[in-house]
Amino acid sequence: MIRLEKRPQPSKAWTVATPILAVILTMIFGGIMFGLIGTSPFEAIRTIFWDPLFHPQFANFSRPQLLVKAGPLILIAIGLSIGFRAGIWNIGAEGQYIMGAICGAGAGLALYPMDSVLILPLMIVAGALGGWAWAMIPALLKVKFGTNEILVSLMLVYVAENLLASVSSGILRNPEGMGFPGSRNLSQWSSSQNLELIPNTGMHLGVLTAFIAVILAYVLLTRHIQGFNIRLTGEAPRAAKFAGVSPARTILFCLGLAGALAGMAGLFEVTGPAGQVSIDFGSGYGFTAIIVAFLGRLHPVGILLAGLLMALTYIGGELAQLMLGVPGASIQLFQGMLLFFLLGVDVLTNYRVRIGKGEVST
Amino acid sequence: MDLSNINPVLLIASIMISATPILLAAIGEMVVEKSGVLNLGVEGMMITGAVIGFIVAINTGAPLLGFATAAIAGALLSLTFGVLTQVFLSNQVATGLGLTLVGLGLSSLLGKPYEGQKTVTLPKLDIPILSDLPVVGRMLFSHDIMVYISLCIVVAVWAFLKYTRAGLILRAVGESHESAHALGYKVIRVRLLAIMFGGACAGLGGAYLSLVRVPQWTEGMTAGAGWIALAIVVFASWRAGRVLIGAYLFGGITVLQLNLQAAGMTWGVQYLSMSPYLITILVLVFISSNRSRSSHDAPANLGQTFHATR
Repeated sequence: MIRLEKRPQPSKAWTVATPILAVILTMIFGGIMFGLIGTSPFEAIRTIFWDPLFHPQFANFSRPQLLVKAGPLILIAIGLSIGFRAGIWNIGAEGQYIMGAICGAGAGLALYPMDSVLILPLMIVAGALGGWAWAMIPALLKVKFGTNEILVSLMLVYVAENLLASVSSGILRNPEGMGFPGSRNLSQWSSSQNLELIPNTGMHLGVLTAFIAVILAYVLLTRHIQGFNIRLTGEAPRAAKFAGVSPARTILFCLGLAGALAGMAGLFEVTGPAGQVSIDFGSGYGFTAIIVAFLGRLHPVGILLAGLLMALTYIGGELAQLMLGVPGASIQLFQGMLLFFLLGVDVLTNYRVRIGKGEVST
Repeated sequence: MDLSNINPVLLIASIMISATPILLAAIGEMVVEKSGVLNLGVEGMMITGAVIGFIVAINTGAPLLGFATAAIAGALLSLTFGVLTQVFLSNQVATGLGLTLVGLGLSSLLGKPYEGQKTVTLPKLDIPILSDLPVVGRMLFSHDIMVYISLCIVVAVWAFLKYTRAGLILRAVGESHESAHALGYKVIRVRLLAIMFGGACAGLGGAYLSLVRVPQWTEGMTAGAGWIALAIVVFASWRAGRVLIGAYLFGGITVLQLNLQAAGMTWGVQYLSMSPYLITILVLVFISSNRSRSSHDAPANLGQTFHATR
């Protein structure tokens, strides 16, 4: 009889080992899945995890992409993880990301074609504010009325997607774009372009911001009273209340922070890699970031590594699509499987597996 | 804009059609939540049901078989959620989100070859005598069989929870798993069964989208219907009758919005398309602002992990 015994404290060793175990399990079952759709499992796994970095032909192109994709994922996941730590489930980062892009691009385009070094900083602030404001809707509704933030933040994703469709063929449309939807190309306007800081690395301002966010989040969670309050709220809500931690302030802080970071990620995306506000600039970073946050154990350093790994599956997935004809959706499934396996093996972190007879079998 | 183009009889008939997928998903999720489990993966199970139902129907030419397979697929997919949350004691919110992501990936992988194809849909079932009634006949009594099945499921769930012993046990498990366990009820078994029922209902709802309502397969076609179903359960304060009202109200908004678009309302199609989501938020706010009431209605152990220590 196998039974589970709760550990007094989560196991440190398993906290580190479970993500690795989950990745291995995903590779095995992902391999089986690729086998079932008629691709060689070993070739598929190699194309996804190895070729983007070391393939003699493609690696030069795909290596910089690693940071380009990891940047927004890490930036968004850092914000989300702080909320998740406090038990605040903001799953509408995709919407906050879109709103950040719209607001930031709007602020910049209002000044087109002025030439000033101040425009990009202004756009970044506007982007952060846009994401923040969008996240404030579920936050304020939760604080004022106790409305479920999961459902509200998610509904707002669909609202934001419709707004995006409306503005990219409406007020933000490029007047010189011959009627095609989509804004002016922001990466070609010298005042708003968010170029690579070091050529051929993919390192743009957004990636740098993501790295800074990792450091600040680490400091916040380990060295700052607000970080302690957040962790307390998540792990022992009653104790937090007795200690005088205001739940309302925690909710506003966590959702606001996540929204601002997601909004900035959106702005960096439309001024850099995507280049313009268009219906499909999103590519689902807001949702994938949820996987990144969990895979990184809601820990800033873990999220950094998880973001890079997830970026690798994106690029590897594109490569596999190109070279092996694997359908793009299988990568999405692959990422979902990763989260599932992680949640499954996570039981080892919090529980000890005992073999033998207990007093009562569960 | 010409509002006279909107025919009230057809409007009500199409509300019933557009409400059925959400009704099915919501009533299933209500049973799951009554047992104390919060499964946020409704969207993923719905879209998996949609694609499986479509594939089976197109290959066999039998839409009903498609519905049956969709229900099984939804139940199997929800079982992975059940095993993770009940046996491996994972966080229900995170696992539910994961289920949605897996379902979306799985469905677009399976559905790729079927995009843009047409399938046979369910025939309209004219109930003798009743469907010949003026006005009401066409409004209520000439739908396909799934509309009636969904209504039957609602009644069955209501009666099951209110009048049967098994329903009482399910509610007890949701209100206090510790006490239910102490009384000797198998908490985990009850919850797994509830989760599978919820999955099967969500699968049926998804299949209704791809086989009757649209009827076609497109990637991501549920477009948040599963999340709206979750909102309707909150709206309904966990009561079967109110789930019905909520789903039909919501179906009404969707249909009205589409009718306004079709009637040539020119300003901002996107603003009309976002209205169902905005109205869902408003309804949630309205329900939750009445805090004393709503906190009473939710099953006391909703979303909590059960681990028998004694």
